[in-house]
Amino acid sequence: MKQYVIVGNGVAAAGCIEGIRRQDAEGKIVVVSQEEYAVYCRPLISYYLEGKTDIQRMQYRSADFYEKNGCEVLYGKTAVAGDAQKKTVTLEDGTEIPYDALCVATGSTAFVPPFQGLDSVQKKFSFMTLDDTLALEQAISDDSRVLIVGAGLIGLKCAEGLHGRAAQITVCDLADRVLSSILDAPCAAVVQAHLEKNGIAFLLGDSVQTFEGGKAHMNSGKTVDFDVLVLAVGVRANTALVRSMGGEADRGILLDTAMRTTLPDVYAAGDCTQGLDSSCGEKKVLALLPNAYMQGRCAGINMAGGEAVFDTAIPMNSIGFFGLHIMTAGSYANTQVIDTGKDGNVRKLFVRDGLLSGFILVGDTARAGIYTAMIRDKTPLESVNFELLKESATSAAFSPETRRKKFGSVV
Amino acid sequence: MKRVFVNEEWCLGCHLCEYNCAFANSGEDNMSLALKGKPIFPRIHIEGDEKVPFAVSCRHCDDPVCVNSCIAGAISVRDGVVCIDKNKCVGCLTCVLVCPYGALAPSESGVMQKCELCLQNSCGEPACVKGCPNRAIVYEER
Repeated sequence: MKQYVIVGNGVAAAGCIEGIRRQDAEGKIVVVSQEEYAVYCRPLISYYLEGKTDIQRMQYRSADFYEKNGCEVLYGKTAVAGDAQKKTVTLEDGTEIPYDALCVATGSTAFVPPFQGLDSVQKKFSFMTLDDTLALEQAISDDSRVLIVGAGLIGLKCAEGLHGRAAQITVCDLADRVLSSILDAPCAAVVQAHLEKNGIAFLLGDSVQTFEGGKAHMNSGKTVDFDVLVLAVGVRANTALVRSMGGEADRGILLDTAMRTTLPDVYAAGDCTQGLDSSCGEKKVLALLPNAYMQGRCAGINMAGGEAVFDTAIPMNSIGFFGLHIMTAGSYANTQVIDTGKDGNVRKLFVRDGLLSGFILVGDTARAGIYTAMIRDKTPLESVNFELLKESATSAAFSPETRRKKFGSVV
Repeated sequence: MKRVFVNEEWCLGCHLCEYNCAFANSGEDNMSLALKGKPIFPRIHIEGDEKVPFAVSCRHCDDPVCVNSCIAGAISVRDGVVCIDKNKCVGCLTCVLVCPYGALAPSESGVMQKCELCLQNSCGEPACVKGCPNRAIVYEER
């Protein structure tokens, strides 16, 4: 009987468990979980603050998930080393766990730059885990002034979650726009205006020079007074375990399209990895829940002797703030931009080599998955009615024969 | 398993399926009370133009990308039917971002809803199929 070991207990691990069980109903699965919780929906932590969900509903799988799948979960344990020759991983307490196949799904950690005076700030938090969230919730009150460093996905979702639970929320970022990793300047301006209308204040193109207790002295010379600090500058993939075993990592653990690392019988999945972005052909860290699940499942199937490939990962985000939805996907570099947004909505399609390579939608996001699938499938634009797609995402753009396959057969 | 299929050459684009769907899922037993004067949020919709209209609803895929992508763990497959737990859904629209068929749209409250083949409502079989005047929408094994 095989023994599978999964280091990490997030969505990639859940995918891995489900992948293994597609192939092998018998083998033992050991899950090493740093957090004391069963797999939960990490991106929902801001919705928790907002009151749109609770800890019970944030569970990713049913209460009997591990039992049903024959998993032993070691809660509160960290794998600190491994040996690819002996095929073991070692926990903090010295316990060695042997594996036949290993999946590293260690996720990522908040990156905290060495700000001067950070030690003088009493209430400071990252916003990555349920524990971060519960601690932040404890620290805030109706009259709190909150400073969030980082206007990316994490910082802004945190701002939305805290809205209504704190007196004042200010977000600063070294970048000159919000969501700089997924939006261009004009789209970012639309989103920023909407957030400002809802009471979020911004200091962009500016960063903290020094902290002094409840004061942040900015590069611009401004001073921000705050009670609670949230650091959402960025994240780093947790690659240490694989590196210590001799595996290769760049910004994330290097993967092929079967989720194999450079070590034999060692696989990896989720936010700790750097895999193929099929929209541009480069290897990237694509720290997104859907990719984590798909990578985990692919790894699990292969660990158990199956043959799975996941080679259609692309960057993609669906994110909303105060009722305004934003969807982005693919890559925008070296493209022709088709901008057809109207009535306050943004619709930008990015075209490269006769293919749709990316899009940005703000406001009207109906049926956006039709665009997403065209990026993933590399659908030649000459095979569709692209004029229709410039106006809206619709299957009317496909040929009747394609539609017959899509809507008239089992898919 | 039986699924809803659309024969677009027979679709008249009459939108009756949308109304029948909204009614079947309204919990009301009077169509007028359920729908009159209100915006409707059906789980099937007509796309295309007057010349080539066609109805779109969930394909209940063999390997549903919405299930694999849901950030709330709210979408699952039960006996082949792709179902959404509206209690868990937070309305992030990730399923809209990934569904290749454009088959999902939010409910009136903002959380997602989708075609569940009318198996959970009092209709018991797809209301869109039952009410399609030209038999363009069918419920069968393929």
